[in-house]
Amino acid sequence: MSLSLVTLFLLSIMVFLGGQVLPGNVGRAILGPFADQRAVDALNHTLGVDRPLLTQYATWIWNFIRGDMGTSYIFRSPVAPFVIDALGNSMKLAAVAFVLVVPIGILGGVVAALNLNRPLDRIISLGGLSVTVLPEFVTGIILILIFGVWLRWLPISAAWPKNAGFFTQLYYLILPSLPLFLVLFGYIARMARSGMIEALDSDYTRTAVLKGLPWRTVIWRHVVRNALLPTITVIATQTGYLIGGLVVIETLFRYQGIGSLIFTAARGKDFPMLESGILTIGIVYAVATLIADFLYSVLNPRIRLGSDQ
Amino acid sequence: MSAVQTTSPPQDDTRRRSPMAEVFFSLMRSRTFLVGLFIVLFWVACALFGEHFAPYDPLADDIINALAPPSSEHWFGTDQIGRDVFSRVIVGSRDILTVAPLATLLATVAGTALGLLTGYFRGIVDDVVSRILEAFMAIPVVIVALLAIVALGTSKATVIVVIGLSFAPIIARTVRSAVLAERELDYVAAAQLRHESAFHTMFVEILPNVIPPILVETTVRLGYAIFAVATLSFMGFGIQPPSPDWGLSISSNYGMIGGGFWWTVLFDALAIASLVIGVNLVADGVHGALND
Repeated sequence: MSLSLVTLFLLSIMVFLGGQVLPGNVGRAILGPFADQRAVDALNHTLGVDRPLLTQYATWIWNFIRGDMGTSYIFRSPVAPFVIDALGNSMKLAAVAFVLVVPIGILGGVVAALNLNRPLDRIISLGGLSVTVLPEFVTGIILILIFGVWLRWLPISAAWPKNAGFFTQLYYLILPSLPLFLVLFGYIARMARSGMIEALDSDYTRTAVLKGLPWRTVIWRHVVRNALLPTITVIATQTGYLIGGLVVIETLFRYQGIGSLIFTAARGKDFPMLESGILTIGIVYAVATLIADFLYSVLNPRIRLGSDQ
Repeated sequence: MSAVQTTSPPQDDTRRRSPMAEVFFSLMRSRTFLVGLFIVLFWVACALFGEHFAPYDPLADDIINALAPPSSEHWFGTDQIGRDVFSRVIVGSRDILTVAPLATLLATVAGTALGLLTGYFRGIVDDVVSRILEAFMAIPVVIVALLAIVALGTSKATVIVVIGLSFAPIIARTVRSAVLAERELDYVAAAQLRHESAFHTMFVEILPNVIPPILVETTVRLGYAIFAVATLSFMGFGIQPPSPDWGLSISSNYGMIGGGFWWTVLFDALAIASLVIGVNLVADGVHGALND
């Protein structure tokens, strides 16, 4: 809890430094090198960038908390609606990726552990690890070529037609979610596998087997349940990577999410947009971490019962 | 344990190899390591001598032959202004193989120093620095890099510094935990009793003993650094044109793959994939050899 707040605070300072202090004279940057110095000063005063840094930071954060994310340099209109729209779109993409990867990743790890050191385990472990280390845009390009260009099964852009229904949107989101799926699959499968191996080797599993429970019950009631605990934590920590991946994937698939919003803002040096985008995903990350902590404590009886150690 | 043992116990087995040789032979037996090493060395050779055996100048355009599919003349076809894709893929390894290792080196040096300091002094320094590093690690590298590069301007040096500094905390964490175990050993106490300076104890006494985990972490980080540099170049915030860099080539050509010009991006993508997997195989081998 406190850690994610520290992270958020640190991120806000970095964003503030990166977006408002390091770039130098904002008015000059907006108006260009030939603008009159008085006009630059006037604009700087209107934007409030000539005030002390601490005041600027405090005002900026306070406004952000109240939902005022500033005015976009490029669109000349409030940033908040753009960010909220984009966040919604990104959530859809992330949700598709998560819904696919969590069960399949866990299943992969369980299957690998039950076939320990046999060919199936090798394929899942090595394959999962190889795709995990590849940059998302590399797997993305290869997937686009296979499914979009050669087989023509899926659209190569995530921009669905206007007023598309749920299933059409889903159809357009499958290809963009696959690279994220591949990155996450390796991590989740590996955690589930090692959790399973540990659980299979434990005393309670031996007890369950020796008291004559059917193998299926032992696996699902005793082994998988315990193996999943560390996996949940991994899934939560992967949210950070998922968000980093979104920036790349949304650019590659021309999808109007928070990642491509940050990318466009960075390209156009639209600092209010960039800062709000990054801070927003920081908050999403912090919330995801909190939810994971909560889930972990709900699922782990040792923590749930509040016993000391 | 009252007397300080100064000589190592006599070795019965005269054929016993030194630890270094042991690691070396273990690496030479590891198939993953050798395959990875072969891939990495192939790309290093391309980076160093690529232009001597590339059939064309990777930067020379030839508009008449633009977007030609692979043929005996152009093995990997040509891109949208007629540059030979095969030559570009060969020479394209150069920039990423300069930027990523330098970033990793910076991360290793900074991370090792931080890890030694926090692990050795513990207490408040450790608490504060560790919390900050942990918080920092939660932020995706791509985001940090994007922000820093937009603020500082794009150049190879910026990319090296930004990626190097974002990876330093991760290396620091590994070094710190190794140092925590190491500092309880007698030789550290002996150094302290001799009134060696803290600096001497950290860098001359402890550092040589924590090299193995640092080595493993560095090879793993190199894989991630290649990942990060390629991604940033693809986004337009890394290596800049006219470099034939792989990520950059993909970013300038992928807009046309809907038209079926697959050869303009596929080979670059496979090149990145092979390099990243190669480095990871090496890292896996090193990890295995040092943890036997």
